[in-house]
Amino acid sequence: MSKNIIEVEHLTRTFSIGDMTVRALRDVTLEVAGGDFVAIMGASGSGKSTLMNILGCLDRPTSGIYRLDGVEVNGLGRDQLAEIRNRKLGFVFQQFNLLPRTSALENVQLPLLYRDDAVPDARERAMQALAAVGLADRADHTPNQLSGGQQQRVAIARALVNDPQMVLADEPTGALDSRTSVEIMGILQRLNRERGITTVMVTHEPDIAEYANRQLYFRDGQILRDEKVARPREARREIALWDQRADRTADALSSATGLR
Amino acid sequence: MNLRKIASSTRIAFRALRVNKMRSALTMLGIIIGVAAVIAMVAVGSGAQERIRQQIASIGSNLIIVQAGSVTSSGLRMGAGNATTLTEDDVTAILRECDSTSLAAPVVRGGGQVVYGENNWGTQILGTTPDYLPIRDLRIAEGVGISDQDVEGAARVALLGKTVIDNLFAGEDPVGKILRIKNVPFSVAGRLVPKGQSPTGQDQDDVIIIPISAAKKKVLGASQANYAAVGSIMIQAHEGRTGDVEPQVSGLLRQRHHLQRNEDDDFTIRNMEEVFKAQESSAQVMSILLAAIASVSLIVGGIGIMNIMLVSVTERTKEIGLRQAVGAKTRDILGQFLIEAVTLSVAGGAAGIVTGVAASLLISYFADWSTVVSSGSIAVAFLFSALVGVSFGFYPARKAANMDPIEALHYE
Repeated sequence: MSKNIIEVEHLTRTFSIGDMTVRALRDVTLEVAGGDFVAIMGASGSGKSTLMNILGCLDRPTSGIYRLDGVEVNGLGRDQLAEIRNRKLGFVFQQFNLLPRTSALENVQLPLLYRDDAVPDARERAMQALAAVGLADRADHTPNQLSGGQQQRVAIARALVNDPQMVLADEPTGALDSRTSVEIMGILQRLNRERGITTVMVTHEPDIAEYANRQLYFRDGQILRDEKVARPREARREIALWDQRADRTADALSSATGLR
Repeated sequence: MNLRKIASSTRIAFRALRVNKMRSALTMLGIIIGVAAVIAMVAVGSGAQERIRQQIASIGSNLIIVQAGSVTSSGLRMGAGNATTLTEDDVTAILRECDSTSLAAPVVRGGGQVVYGENNWGTQILGTTPDYLPIRDLRIAEGVGISDQDVEGAARVALLGKTVIDNLFAGEDPVGKILRIKNVPFSVAGRLVPKGQSPTGQDQDDVIIIPISAAKKKVLGASQANYAAVGSIMIQAHEGRTGDVEPQVSGLLRQRHHLQRNEDDDFTIRNMEEVFKAQESSAQVMSILLAAIASVSLIVGGIGIMNIMLVSVTERTKEIGLRQAVGAKTRDILGQFLIEAVTLSVAGGAAGIVTGVAASLLISYFADWSTVVSSGSIAVAFLFSALVGVSFGFYPARKAANMDPIEALHYE
């Protein structure tokens, strides 16, 4: 646990748009311990998404060093980065990004398809991942037959299927209502704690960031604040409380109307 | 790309094509038309070639014709075959001296009216010896041929071609009947197997064959100067030695006709094989031309595939980004879209083959034009359609494979 999974030193990323040069990241230095749950916050254009892209090996820094699990990735080529994304990382997106007209099971199997070695038990592994997010009974449903929350759970199962070391979630609750958001956070928290999967999540909802153990605030391409969360919110307890309250309401209602 | 990835990419391709059924069908239509056009046109071309080949075979194989008179003779242009410089002795000499010849037959010919009962018909009367039949690959359908005795005795017997029979006998069996050739009675010895048109378009069945002696004495009349003169000599060369006949026969005849070095030949040797080879190659050129024109439509079909693949790549930008995010490498994306393009073109190719074969059959049925669909042209058309898929699918596939994953993921 004490080992750092992310080590970022003096990271900069500049974009050229016409004659203008935009400095999206300015000299960012950051360490994330293995098994941590980090929320990254900040206004749009603050550089949080750029950092996420670099952490996710989707983008390469202009200068600086990024070590993922001890391996320096900033010098790697396109296909080597693809390999790292495939084997070490899992992605969860705001818009779920599931393949349409494709069953949940096949969506979850997708990362296994791009492994260089054959996975003979691909189906079983995908089923286990679906079971871990509580959707084993929806394996052959296509995305349009699933609710938003269910779709995001399929996406989480897809991120899990290759046993990643780190899950990168880009506004995972951005398209969900508050109750479903808490459910999703419950799953991410559970995977983080039970499996020790490091989780890095970008969000602009302060209450969602409270489920993380650590919060980073970005402004103008730099880390403005880096705080430990003293007592993270517990998604599972909140859901249990909600259910209790709902039961009590139902009880009260039924006794008041003399039904049951 | 290993087999496992190819299998799953093929499945993905099929699914993607099924989603846009109409679009896929229209795209395929281009390839279908292209492949069908190639197959049908090649079939028409080979049909023409086949027809010429059959006609050449009908003339007789390894046939060389020596005609009396040359095209230019001492400044005076004489129609070949009109002069009377060849003799029956030349025929015997050729057979004796030239080892490249297996058979030789003298021929005299002329036109004449033939009468049977109330019918009459103007036809070609051909006087020759029994060897003429094997040289020209003529067969007797009924009755007997001309014998050496017939030639010696100038017997009045005749072999009739189908056209003559049709015009004179009207369903009656001609064998054994007596007809009059230029008022001379002849008995019909046999009926020839029909040969159809010659490569030059002549009706080879419009003929009466009689012994050369009878022709000279009784029907056509002989040249006063040289009773033994013949119009032409038909020679069959030994298999594979047609090329040797011309120098051998030419040398011998020049010697026999006492021609000086500076004198022109008084005969013309024509190797029929060479004449018809030229026709065959012109038919071949036509069939290549037809195939070339047809393949233009195949290329247009390929452009259709490229067009629709570019649309598909753009539509599925987000999907491509996702695949890249979960670990698809450049070659994975490239392979997926290439397979999709090839699936389109190969499916179109298969349907095109069916359409093309059907079109060929319809052409030969309605246009009465023989068509030959070869398995070779089907195989080439099929391979070509796959090639079209690969080559026209490559650019869109590469475009997909080289997308930036972040831009692709955030594409709306």
